[in-house]
Amino acid sequence: MSIFWRMLMDELQFIGINSIPIVALMSTFMGAVISLQTASNMDSPLLPAYTVGYITQSSIILEFSPTIISLILAGKVGSNIASEIGTMRITEQIDALEIMGVNSINHLMLPKILASILYFPVLIVFSMFLGMFGGFLALVISDLQTTETYILGLRSWFDPYNIFYALTKTVAFGFIIVSISSFYGYYVKGGSLDVGKASTKAVVVSSVVILIANFIITKLMLL
Amino acid sequence: MISVRNINKTFGKQQVLYDVGADFQSGRVNLIIGQSGQGKSVLAKCMVGLHEVDSGQILFDGRDFTSMDKSDRAEIRQEIGMLFQGSALFDSMTVEENVKFPLSMFTKMTKKEMQDRVDFCLDRVNLQGRNALYPSECSGGMQKRVGIARAIAMNPKYLFCDEPNSGLDPKTAIVIDSLIKDITYEYGITTIVITHDMNSVMEIGDNVIFIHQGKKWWEGDRHTIITTDNPEIEAFVFASEFMKKIRSSLKERIK
Ligand SMILES: Nc1ncnc2c1ncn2[C@@H]1O[C@H](COP(=O)(O)OP(=O)(O)OP(=O)(O)O)[C@@H](O)[C@H]1O
Ligand SMILES: [Mg+2]
Repeated sequence: MSIFWRMLMDELQFIGINSIPIVALMSTFMGAVISLQTASNMDSPLLPAYTVGYITQSSIILEFSPTIISLILAGKVGSNIASEIGTMRITEQIDALEIMGVNSINHLMLPKILASILYFPVLIVFSMFLGMFGGFLALVISDLQTTETYILGLRSWFDPYNIFYALTKTVAFGFIIVSISSFYGYYVKGGSLDVGKASTKAVVVSSVVILIANFIITKLMLL
Repeated sequence: MISVRNINKTFGKQQVLYDVGADFQSGRVNLIIGQSGQGKSVLAKCMVGLHEVDSGQILFDGRDFTSMDKSDRAEIRQEIGMLFQGSALFDSMTVEENVKFPLSMFTKMTKKEMQDRVDFCLDRVNLQGRNALYPSECSGGMQKRVGIARAIAMNPKYLFCDEPNSGLDPKTAIVIDSLIKDITYEYGITTIVITHDMNSVMEIGDNVIFIHQGKKWWEGDRHTIITTDNPEIEAFVFASEFMKKIRSSLKERIK
């Protein structure tokens, strides 16, 4: 199945590699801000200094990387998928697939779903590291904490289950983004204006569904 | 042979096809002609199942396509080649990959065999050496020709061409027409061509169906279309003064 492999590689490139810059930028800066805000709130002699690292670590792992980054990716990847498939619809490329006897839904969606399930977790782990590194830059470089204290904080009460929880969410969110955006693209009717509308709608709906799914998964897995 | 029996098709409240019925013989070039917006493309799309008909039957060599399930349809579709009105090339793929696509999806050809087949098809539409271009780098006429190459790649039993030579210069249009005619006769294909082009009607119209207001208004061939007194045909075919002159001189000669 050389066509499938080629499409999968293209999607990995597009969903994965091309998203690295924005994920890196977002994660580093947000990690820095989270740690600074935590540091300014935790300014009490009763709390040990390493609390800042601990809170930064858990906000990034539990919520920021899996959810916020997925919402960003919903905007970037979702709108792109919807407009790509929508354009194929209005230019009759999907009809051309059907005429050949190709199952167009499988053909178009499978590589995208697979790529997102494979690559979203990689992106999110990458984002976690960069987020914590951003915190490090903000705290240590601006002399608010020593390297040792911050790292001690990051390692305190570290629970591998949280990573499992975060990556489960991520896979679900990736699936949500790809399937909803493909759906809106696939059923476009009309012209290029409608493709634009479909891609906006895809982003809005996937974001809302991500928020709801986040709530449900958290309730199921953490409580 | 493809038989169409009493097809009706509506979109919402608008009825586009009324009780259309026709037989399209194999080994002949069957033309569907008619003014813009009269339902020619819709008829072709109904025949291949891209639109579901409201009522009526479509038979591919006796096999009732209308009542088939998805997987049986997919089998018949592998015997169909179709050129769309807007070419519908896959724009993420090069010319070569477009033509190769059905081969690698549905055949067990070796790389070499596929390459030979692709080159053969591109050669037939005068596009040799253009393998590496992307559709966006091709002119409209080139895209049409790539579309034809892709449609014939699988050696189809049934070939649908929606306006194969609109937007082509007269010379290339003739090349495309004679290509369609040649492969139809050579391989005994059931060919259906939608066209506005009177030149094509005269060159390749073994069987001509005139669609007007969603109905089959007239049926004949490239000879009878000249002599018919059907007023709508006259208005359509001989719209220009030039064509009117040609017609009267032809009629004189036939007498
Ligand atoms: N998908 C669709 N949904 C709703 N109406 C449609 C659809 N496709 C076609 N129509 C309508 O059906 C009618 C016939 O359209 P069709 O595309 O068959 O015209 P045509 O004869 O091919 O014209 P042209 O020569 O300009 O291509 C038009 O009035 C068009 O508005
Ligand atoms: Mg048309």
